[in-house]
Amino acid sequence: MPLLKDGRLVEDPWRIIDDASPLPAREPTIVSFARFQAERDQLLARGAPLGVRLRNSDAIDALAGAIDRLDLIALEFPKFSDGRAYSQARGLRERLGFAGELRATGDVLIDQALFMRRCGFDAWEIADAAKAPRFVEAFATFSVFYQPAGDGRAAVSALRRFASAGRA
Amino acid sequence: MYTYDEHDRTFVAERVAQFRDQVKRRLLGELTEEQFKPLRLTNGLYLQLHAYMLRVAIPYGTLSSAQMRMLAHIARRYDRGYGHFTTRQNIQFNWIKLEDAADALDDLASVEMHALQTSGNCIRNTTADQWAGVAIDEIEDPRIWCEIIRQWSSLHPEFTFLPRKFKIAVTGSPNDRAAVRVHDIGLRLRRDEKGEVGFEVIVGGGLGRTPMIGKTIREFLPKRHLLSYLEAILRAYNLAGRRDNLYKARIKILVHEIGVEEMRRRVEAEWAAIRDGALDLPPQTIDAISRHFSPPAYEPQPAVDLAVERLRLESVSFARWLKTNVAPHREPGYAIVNLSLKPEGAPPGDASAAQMEAVADLALAHSHDEIRVSHEQNLVLPHVKRADLPTLWRKLAAIDLATPNLGLVSDIIACPGLDYCALANARSIPVAQRITRRFADLKRQHDIGELKIKISGCINACGHHHVGHIGILGVDKNGEEFYQITLGGDGTETTALGRIIGPAVSADDVVDAIETLVETYLQKRRPGERFVDTYRRVGDAPFKERLYAAA
Repeated sequence: MPLLKDGRLVEDPWRIIDDASPLPAREPTIVSFARFQAERDQLLARGAPLGVRLRNSDAIDALAGAIDRLDLIALEFPKFSDGRAYSQARGLRERLGFAGELRATGDVLIDQALFMRRCGFDAWEIADAAKAPRFVEAFATFSVFYQPAGDGRAAVSALRRFASAGRA
Repeated sequence: MYTYDEHDRTFVAERVAQFRDQVKRRLLGELTEEQFKPLRLTNGLYLQLHAYMLRVAIPYGTLSSAQMRMLAHIARRYDRGYGHFTTRQNIQFNWIKLEDAADALDDLASVEMHALQTSGNCIRNTTADQWAGVAIDEIEDPRIWCEIIRQWSSLHPEFTFLPRKFKIAVTGSPNDRAAVRVHDIGLRLRRDEKGEVGFEVIVGGGLGRTPMIGKTIREFLPKRHLLSYLEAILRAYNLAGRRDNLYKARIKILVHEIGVEEMRRRVEAEWAAIRDGALDLPPQTIDAISRHFSPPAYEPQPAVDLAVERLRLESVSFARWLKTNVAPHREPGYAIVNLSLKPEGAPPGDASAAQMEAVADLALAHSHDEIRVSHEQNLVLPHVKRADLPTLWRKLAAIDLATPNLGLVSDIIACPGLDYCALANARSIPVAQRITRRFADLKRQHDIGELKIKISGCINACGHHHVGHIGILGVDKNGEEFYQITLGGDGTETTALGRIIGPAVSADDVVDAIETLVETYLQKRRPGERFVDTYRRVGDAPFKERLYAAA
């Protein structure tokens, strides 16, 4: 699947390993949340980059104790209209302080890309590599944001306070 | 009134540009209808029975004259010369072409209006008391909070694909004119024992096919925490609300299934983590928004206006209008004037472009340039000098907006029903029209007194029939329109859901049935009792007996 990151298509260094297969020795590897819970200590001790893929019904709090040792978390949009992963993303970024790659997978469409970025996603698996430039354009659709979210951008209310403090 | 600053103007312009591009991609086939649907819906564009319908947001029901004039322009330019004011204080245009939609939105943006989030599974237009800022019983103006919520919820990145739509209402008065207990979240401004003003937070109310009365999740929330608390509720709902069944996806079902205690636990746990973060509302932010809602420059007025009193004695029509359509104002010498959009035989809530323009002129001349839309589908001029009442009354009568029937049997709420709506099972508007003709005699209406009839053309309950003193629900029986009648509903601070009185009646019989119920009340009532009071005292039985005895 083409991967969009840092505003361009990049080579995806990560391998997804299903629950039954042995882990590769060194490659960056993504495992399921179920496998992570079952083999947590071995996985964390492996000494190679580790990612976890959550379903959108999984509770992110189970990752709390290991959040600094994960390099990637992949969240799923089974349909673009199922918005649970937005809340998971914000919880991971803002409450648990996750600093690694937060990857959007599944039904990832241009018109939702900016919402995803605002919630803290920074990598997107997209179905059609040719559409990558449209995703990048979509990030710039808006310059005004009314609420603080997971991307750290200043909300309008904060800008107004800043402006009126400047005048005072 | 709230006026846009540079940020707001930029935002709305960017939004229209985005939608123009989305329409273009849809027309080119780059977007499937399934992918386009939620995009057009969050811009207020529905595909109805005959055409696209554009629902324009009127935040908390407040309009300036220029905005009302623009609505008239939209009606003439893009529609068939009229619009329909809705139970969510919005306006709908029923005959819009997809190719024109972005132009209409551009026109609206020129007067600081939009159609953002008037549909879709997102946070919808926040509604408020139509008398906000002028009601005599008000603790604080709820529009300040509606505006704060409007901004926070505008394209909220986390809450644009919720399990289902999400409606918030705010009341600033103990007498609830905003129906807060039948919303996904209801906020009631109140004082705590120290006199500080904050919110009672109510969750999980709603109508639709599973009507429920909202439950208080927090007795008192200090104002500065409003947004973090709302965000905590929405997050709990977004993560756990049902997505397997469209009809069980509203927050009321989640609250019902897990219980209000568990809901409170989840919300409070989430809130504890975010309450002192970036959503905190410092006093200067609240003050800056509040300043937009400062009262206009009222002028000192005589204690009694003799011209008003004289006309009251001379004209029974004027006296009736004063009684039902004019409400006391917090400023001495001023009045709140309610304009009835329910003249005899008209579709409830409809206004012609000419009427909209006339109301805009009247607001400029008599109401400090301000108009309100009520959830009961009427209009309000909120700042009228009592001395102007005779003149204003004559001008309103000339444009058929002075019917003295506010709160009476012909002041009916009705959804668009099968005349327009793709979801309806039966027509609503013709039933409302027939009832207003049956009860056309205003003397009789005034004798009957307060009686709220609400009609929905299907179980989605857009006409709020569950909270009508008399509720009428259109159902389909083997291809024929039938109407199920409920009694005893109440959308105010004494919220109650109406109870089904018996088998549904046919379209031919429904108006007779309503008349029978009214006659029964008139026989049974004690002095001072409204229809709903008598119903509460005597119960179903006498109404049932009279209604079904003949059958």
